[in-house]
Amino acid sequence: MLFIPGNNPSMLQNSDVFESDSIIIDLEDAVNVMEKDSARNLVRCYLDNLKEKKAELVIRINGLDTTYYNDDLNQIICDKVDAIMLPKAHVADLKKLDEILTDLENQRKITKKIKIIPIVELAESLLEVEKIVFQNRVDGVLLGAEDFSSDLEVVRTKGGEEIFYARSRIAVSCAAAKIDAIDTPFTDTKDNIGLAKDCEKAISLGMKSKSCIHPNQIEVVNEMFSPSQKTIDWAKRILQAKIDADKKGLGAFSVDGKMVDKPVIERAQKIIKKAEKYHIL
Amino acid sequence: MKIGIAGTMESSDALITVRPSEKINIKVESTVFDYFGEQIKKTILDTLNELNIANIDVLCQDKGALDFTIKARLITAIERMKKSV
Repeated sequence: MLFIPGNNPSMLQNSDVFESDSIIIDLEDAVNVMEKDSARNLVRCYLDNLKEKKAELVIRINGLDTTYYNDDLNQIICDKVDAIMLPKAHVADLKKLDEILTDLENQRKITKKIKIIPIVELAESLLEVEKIVFQNRVDGVLLGAEDFSSDLEVVRTKGGEEIFYARSRIAVSCAAAKIDAIDTPFTDTKDNIGLAKDCEKAISLGMKSKSCIHPNQIEVVNEMFSPSQKTIDWAKRILQAKIDADKKGLGAFSVDGKMVDKPVIERAQKIIKKAEKYHIL
Repeated sequence: MKIGIAGTMESSDALITVRPSEKINIKVESTVFDYFGEQIKKTILDTLNELNIANIDVLCQDKGALDFTIKARLITAIERMKKSV
């Protein structure tokens, strides 16, 4: 998922050349308060002009604790928008946003349901993330580590020890709701080795994708979060062995000398599903 | 005096300045004027028609902006002009 500043025509017009699965057009932190009107009009005209989408289109609006969010939504909600990213999300905000989106969808005769991706970036949001993941329209949760660290009054580090608990809690909550846990961006855009290590850590804790703040990060993130060919081959062997075992009426079977049981089969199914999603099967 | 300005002089953007006038006056400054000058003027004129505006001076300092950017910057400049004292 690549963040693009909402007031940057160059990035907007080139957004379809990046190999990210989602484009997040940012009306919040990337846009100066004096330019919010300009960014909204630019995004509106960009959407009007958009003929074909190559990636999921997400708009990060300003938080519901600001005076900007209503104008943001009024300007940009249309059938080309797949999801709204909500900063500093709380359960109450998500319920309110759901109602606003329902009204706008009805008024504008939008037939699809626009999703919501809340950002957990406050300690109090993390404490209600188990409820956040089950709110209407919520399709994934993004960890916002910069604001979260600031709220905790801790230093943000490359090692990321300070966000271990937040990553874990978000990952577990999202897994329970069967939605994606989206990892926080890695802010050093010139350190791709550090980025790969950061991805590894996030993956090991259960994060399912990662946001990027620079196009240079997309390749590393895609490589790290996509299943490798070796893993896909393993998953195919497991599923084929399951088919063969079913035909023979076998309850238990082994692959590569290891017993295969239900959790292994489910893991293989998830890998294949993910590979299909990323078009790498 | 009422005035509205929007956009930047960055690449792929346009800086648009508008002022009230007795009729429509459009001035375009662009490094690619020979190729796209008329298209830029048409985009500006179409946008003014959409907004029912017939009395305005428009200065467009273009840095290779696409139509959607010129339209957006013009709309913003007009909104800002209306709000200015």
